[in-house]
Amino acid sequence: MAGTGEEAARPSPSMRRRQVREAAIQAVITLVALTGIAAVVLIFVFVAREALPIFTSPEVGKETDLARMFLPQAWRAGRPAFFSWQPVSDVPKYSMVPLFVGTLKVTAVAMLVSVPVGVAAALFTSEFAPRRLREVLKPTIELLAGIPSVVLGFFALIVLATVLQDTFGFTSRLNAVVAGIALALTVVPVIFTVSEDALTAVPRSYREASLALGATRWETAFKVVLPAAAPGVLAAVVLGFGRSIGETMIVLMASGNAAMTTFSFGDSVRTLPATIAAEMGEVVFGGAHYAVLFFIGVELFLFTFVLNTLAAAFVKRVVRRMAGTA
Amino acid sequence: MTSIPHPAASAAKMETRRLEIRYGAKAAVKDVSLTLPDRQVTALIGPSGCGKSTFLRALNRMNDLIPGSSASGEILLDGRSIYAGHLDAVELRRRVGMVFQKSNPFPKSIFENVAYGLRIGGLSDRRELGERIERSLRSAALWDEVKDRLAESAMGLSGGQQQRLCIARALAVEPEVLLMDEPASALDPIATAKIEDLIHELKVRYTIAIVTHNMQQAARVSDQTAFFYMGELVEVGPTEQIFTTPRQQRTEDYVTGKFG
Repeated sequence: MAGTGEEAARPSPSMRRRQVREAAIQAVITLVALTGIAAVVLIFVFVAREALPIFTSPEVGKETDLARMFLPQAWRAGRPAFFSWQPVSDVPKYSMVPLFVGTLKVTAVAMLVSVPVGVAAALFTSEFAPRRLREVLKPTIELLAGIPSVVLGFFALIVLATVLQDTFGFTSRLNAVVAGIALALTVVPVIFTVSEDALTAVPRSYREASLALGATRWETAFKVVLPAAAPGVLAAVVLGFGRSIGETMIVLMASGNAAMTTFSFGDSVRTLPATIAAEMGEVVFGGAHYAVLFFIGVELFLFTFVLNTLAAAFVKRVVRRMAGTA
Repeated sequence: MTSIPHPAASAAKMETRRLEIRYGAKAAVKDVSLTLPDRQVTALIGPSGCGKSTFLRALNRMNDLIPGSSASGEILLDGRSIYAGHLDAVELRRRVGMVFQKSNPFPKSIFENVAYGLRIGGLSDRRELGERIERSLRSAALWDEVKDRLAESAMGLSGGQQQRLCIARALAVEPEVLLMDEPASALDPIATAKIEDLIHELKVRYTIAIVTHNMQQAARVSDQTAFFYMGELVEVGPTEQIFTTPRQQRTEDYVTGKFG
């Protein structure tokens, strides 16, 4: 009697094999997932480590520190304090402010152009375009994302800059508007693709309900479909913003690269990523300039991280409010 | 027998004449001539795929949204063709409202759901909106359950409440005809009973057409019943007659449960 009881408790060989296989598969998938996370964390750690001398090394500390990077400095006695990025000079000046202003100006122009264009194109494609046209439109706009940014930068440098200067009469040929519009060419497909997917995923029943109440297609698209897809459209905008802040080659070629702290969009600008790309090749390894460039990398990292986190929290709130559990 | 007024005694609110609806080459509804008497309930019954839902959706031109569909014959509202110049699909749908099989509230607040049709109709006065919304929710027998949570999302309501909200939303724009496509098929018996009670109350003011798979429901709520089979209208008559003494053998087989 006791023997049969033990017999029953012991797993059969096939059951045992199945359990081992399941455990092995789970372990592999977990490992792969962790590798992805580890890569992100390690990149951040190594970039941050190179920036650390700003705070720890007395050598680097002589050239710069947080206050000198973020506050206006009076470089000559008796002159008003100002922000200056002049890393290669007798007295190296590492103010982040002109770079921030430049990045924000270019990004603002890019988003101002690409959010309306991208979302409107997505709305048109999902709600109004006949099926044949939609099948052409979507891959065509997505193809824009496949153009290498150096080609777009070249186009901006040679063609776009001339056209815009002739139209608006900018004093500097390469400026925030030129770079921002060129940047928009890469941001539009990102916003378009993700928004279009979100809009298409809105259930047909919402559209039918709206139309059955006597709404026109426009009213249905703007007052029902777009709000219902808001979380996805917002995610698209955030992705586009991240793309726009991090894009290097286009702004390097089309922005003029003058680190100026002005609020005119017609002035040349220098952005954070373009600064890294332009200067990393000629810095002294381990010197102050080197550490500051890595510090810029950390800033870019933090920007996108904070932005994504805020956006994710906001999207969650919107979704919860829609679902009625808030 | 005499408690139910004969449909013929009442004026026609909507009428189809030799209506045929095609999806591509396939005719889903063939040669249907049917009258919806004013302020009465017409039940459309028949097995799945018999064309009753397609017929219903033709009455407010919802089929226009389906690529490849076409209609011929006549559909009249108050004696005038719904395809004539005095009406477009938008105007028609304001007069002929619809409630769908699956409740489909917008992911907005309860208030905004009912307000939607009014707002697109150009009403923006906050006080009048409030009054119209309360009236609609009362008509849909939902007011007492939601009056303290109008600002909450409609998605948090139960299935039966959501369906009554959809009815309230349709009533808010004050249509003349209400089309209901199996409005209770996804609901439990208690919620179904509430919808049926509601239909009884609504027919005082609205002309109603309801598609249903449920024979008892058709018998309970309707004044007139139309039996569809394979896209054709087999028989139409006072509900009591259809369920007790149908003239056609196929009708009898269907209502007694021999097929379907």
